[in-house]
Amino acid sequence: MTGRPLFGRPSLAALKAFDWRQYIIYIGFLIVFAVFAITLGEKGFLTPTNLLNVVRQTAIISIMAVAMTFVIGAGNIDLSVGAVVGLSSVTTALALGTWGLPLPAAVVVGLLTGLIVGIANGFLVAYVAIPSFLVTLGTLGIVNGAAQWLSNTAPIPIENDTFTFIFGSGDIGPIPSLLIWTAVIFVIGHVVLRKTTYGRRVLATGGNAVAARFSGVDTRRIGFLVMMVMGLVAGLAGMLLAGRLHSGRFEFGAGDELSVIAAVILGGTSLFGGRATVIGTLLGSLMIGLINNGLTLASLPTSQQFIVRGMIIILAVSLAKKR
Amino acid sequence: MSVALAPAHAAPAPAANAVMMRGIIKSFGGVPVLSDVDFDLRQAEIHALAGGNGAGKSTLMKILVGVYARDGGTYEVDGRQANFRTVQDARSSGVGMVFQEFSLVPTLSVAQNVFLTREARSRGGLIDDREMERRTRDLFATMSVEVDPRRPLDELPTAFWQLTEIAKALSQDARVLIMDEPTAALAKTETVELFALMRRLKDQGISIVYISHRMEEVFQVCDRITVLRDGRGVMTEDLAAVTPRVVIDEIVGRKLEHALEYQERQVGDAVLLEARGLTSATKLRGLDFKLREGEVLGLAGLMGSGRTELARALFGIDPLESGELLLRGKPIQITNPREAIAHGVALIPEDRRAQGLILDHTVRENFLLPLLSRLSRIGFVDEAEGDRRTDAFVSRLSIKIRSIAQPISTLSGGNQQKVVIAKWLGTEPHILIMDEPTAGVDIGTKGEIVSMIRAFADLGNSVIIISSELPELLAVSDRILILRDGQVERVLERRDIRQEEDLHHAIQGVEVH
Repeated sequence: MTGRPLFGRPSLAALKAFDWRQYIIYIGFLIVFAVFAITLGEKGFLTPTNLLNVVRQTAIISIMAVAMTFVIGAGNIDLSVGAVVGLSSVTTALALGTWGLPLPAAVVVGLLTGLIVGIANGFLVAYVAIPSFLVTLGTLGIVNGAAQWLSNTAPIPIENDTFTFIFGSGDIGPIPSLLIWTAVIFVIGHVVLRKTTYGRRVLATGGNAVAARFSGVDTRRIGFLVMMVMGLVAGLAGMLLAGRLHSGRFEFGAGDELSVIAAVILGGTSLFGGRATVIGTLLGSLMIGLINNGLTLASLPTSQQFIVRGMIIILAVSLAKKR
Repeated sequence: MSVALAPAHAAPAPAANAVMMRGIIKSFGGVPVLSDVDFDLRQAEIHALAGGNGAGKSTLMKILVGVYARDGGTYEVDGRQANFRTVQDARSSGVGMVFQEFSLVPTLSVAQNVFLTREARSRGGLIDDREMERRTRDLFATMSVEVDPRRPLDELPTAFWQLTEIAKALSQDARVLIMDEPTAALAKTETVELFALMRRLKDQGISIVYISHRMEEVFQVCDRITVLRDGRGVMTEDLAAVTPRVVIDEIVGRKLEHALEYQERQVGDAVLLEARGLTSATKLRGLDFKLREGEVLGLAGLMGSGRTELARALFGIDPLESGELLLRGKPIQITNPREAIAHGVALIPEDRRAQGLILDHTVRENFLLPLLSRLSRIGFVDEAEGDRRTDAFVSRLSIKIRSIAQPISTLSGGNQQKVVIAKWLGTEPHILIMDEPTAGVDIGTKGEIVSMIRAFADLGNSVIIISSELPELLAVSDRILILRDGQVERVLERRDIRQEEDLHHAIQGVEVH
C-alpha cells in the first residue's frame, strides 16, 4: 500500500512498470537458466539427466509450495511443514516395517499423519484465532519431537519396492515418478486457485478478511481448510522423500519450510495474502532448484552456496516489489 | 520550541495573502490532474476548496505542503516564494496539513504522536515524556479541549485523532492549516465542536483551507470558496454572495437534476421485515421497528445511538442476544452474513475500504465475491456468466472504468462506492441496508446514488439507510426512525418534517412542537 499515490489515476508508466514486475519471476527464471546454460554447459547442466535431477531434487519443495500458495494467499503461514515431512516419513516407514501393515494402509498412515497436524493447525488458527505463525511455530517443535520419539532418532529403512517405486524412486520410461507427482499437484493447484469458488474465497480472505466476511465468505472455514490441506500435502511430501531415500528419518524435511516459503514468495504471491499464482510458485521452486543445482555443478562449497542462494532470493524479491 | 499560537515570525504585511498559488500544473504519468490553477488564501480566513472526486483538490494541497512536486507554476507563502520538497519543509514555514488518512501511530500516546520525530529531550539526551505531556496539555488547552496526553490514541474516539493532528500542526506554529474532509469520521456534535475550534483558530490569525464534499458544512463555517473541476479553477467567491445550488452546479458542471430534493412516494401497508425487541451485546436494547415493502426507512441518531450496530445485527455480523425477526410474517434467524444473503438482505457497510472492498483485487473479483456460490457448478466458477453480469452492472450504474480487470484501488472514491453498491444489487436483495452510502463521494455521484435508491425501492424492495448527512436522509426517506441508546425513540413520517432543523432537534432529543 505504501508508496502508491493515494488518489488520482495511475499513470501509464506505472501500469507498464507494474506488468513488468508481475512477470519478474519468468524473466528471472530465464536469466538464471541462460546464465547456467552458458557457463555450465560443458559441465552437463543442459543434459536431460541433469535437468530431470533438478526436478527430482525440488519435487518435495515444489509440491508443498503449491499448498503453501493457498496458505499464504489466505493470509496465513505454516512453519511446521518441514517437521511434518520428517514425521510422516517416520510413521510410513514404521507402518511398512515394524508394524507390518500392508501398503495401502501404510499410505493412509502417512497421509493421516499430515492431515492430523493440518487439522490441529487449522483448528487453532481458525477457531481459536491464534496467529498461524505462532501456532505452527509450536507444532513445528511438537511434530519434530514426536518424530524423534517414535523413531528413537534412528533412521528406519523401507524395503517395500512397490512403495519406493510409486513414491519417489521409480521411473516410468524416462519420466521420474516424482515429475508426475509434481505435475499432477501443480495442475490441481492451478485449477483450484483460478477456476473454483474455493480459490476465489481463499484470495478474498487473504486480501481483506473483514470485507470477505461482510460478503458472505466463511473466512474461518477457509482459514481452517488451507491449513488442513497443507498438512495433508506435507504428509504426502514426507512419503515421497521416504520413498526416494528408502527410509524414514526425523531429520527429513528439516528447514524445508523456508525453501517452500521462499519459492512461493519468489513466484509473486504476496506475503500478506490476497495475491497468489500457482504457476509463479512452480517457477519459484524450479528456480531455487536450478540455483542449487548450478551452484553444485560449479563446485562451490556448501557454505558459499548458502550465501549466493540467499542473495539471489533477496535480489529477485526486491526487483518484483511494487513501488 | 514555543507552543503559543501567535506566529513566531515577524507579523506579515497586512492584507497580504497567506498563500498565493499561480498557474499550478501537475500531471501523473501524462494524465493532467491540474491545469493552470490559481488559488489565494487570505490571512485569517476559512476557505473552502470544493470539487468532485478527481477534480484535483487534494493534489493542489499536496503540492502546497510538499508531498508532490509541481510540473509548473509558482506559489508564495506569506509573500515569499516557496518551493517545499517535503512535508517538514512546509511545516517549518508554517503550513500544515491534517491528512485524510490520519498520519498517526495508534499505539503511541497523544503526546508521543504530537511530538513524533521532534521529541523533547532532557539534559541527558533521553526523551522527556513529562515535558511533552505538559506541552500537549497546553496545546489542547488553547483549543479548549481536555485530554489525557498519556492515553494511547487507539483508546480514544476518532474525533481525538483529528484533534491530535491539529495539535501536531499547531505545535509547529502552523499559520496555514489544510483540512481534508475533516468531518468524514465525526459525529454531528463533534463536527459542531470542530467548527467552533476552527473559528477560534481563525480569530487567532490562522488561515484554514477546508476541503469537503458537504455543502451545508461549507456554508456553515467557511468565508470563501474555490471550486475545481477537472483540474481547473472554475469559481472563487465569497460564500455570502452565492447559494448552495450555484456552487453545486459549478462542481458538477451541469444542472444537477433535482435528485437531492424530497419526492413524496406512495408506500403500501405490507410489512416486509419486522423486528421485535432486538438486543445485542454491541448496543441494541430491545429495539422494535417495521419495514414496509417498497419503503425507504431512514435511521437517524447520534454517534453511539445504535444505528450501525442495528445494521450489523440485521446482516448477521454481530449476534443478537434476544429478539425476533419476522420476514413477511415468518420468523427467521440471521446469525451470519451468508444467512442474511440467503434471506435477500444486503449491507453496504460503513467503511468502504476496510469492509466493502478488497482493494488489491479487480473490479470483477470484487463484484463477483458474494455471487460465487450462485455462479458455480460443482465448485467451478462460470467465468463467462461472471463477465456478463459484471459488465451489465458496470453499465447499469455507469461506473467509470477502463476494464473490469482493473484493480479497484485505481478507482476514485465515488466509483469504488458504486462497485460496492453494484456488488450488492447483484445479489438481487429485497432489503438493502446502507450505512453512510455517500461518505467521501462527490456531489454528482451522490445524486446518482439517491436516484438509484429510489429506483430500487420503486420495484417493491425496501431500503434501510443510515446517514449523518441530514439533507440526504430527508431526500430519500419515507419514514425516519430516531434511535437513542439502542432503542427507537421516535418514528417520524417524512411528510411531517418541514425542515432540516426539526430533524436536527429530534435527533438531539429536543422537543420540536
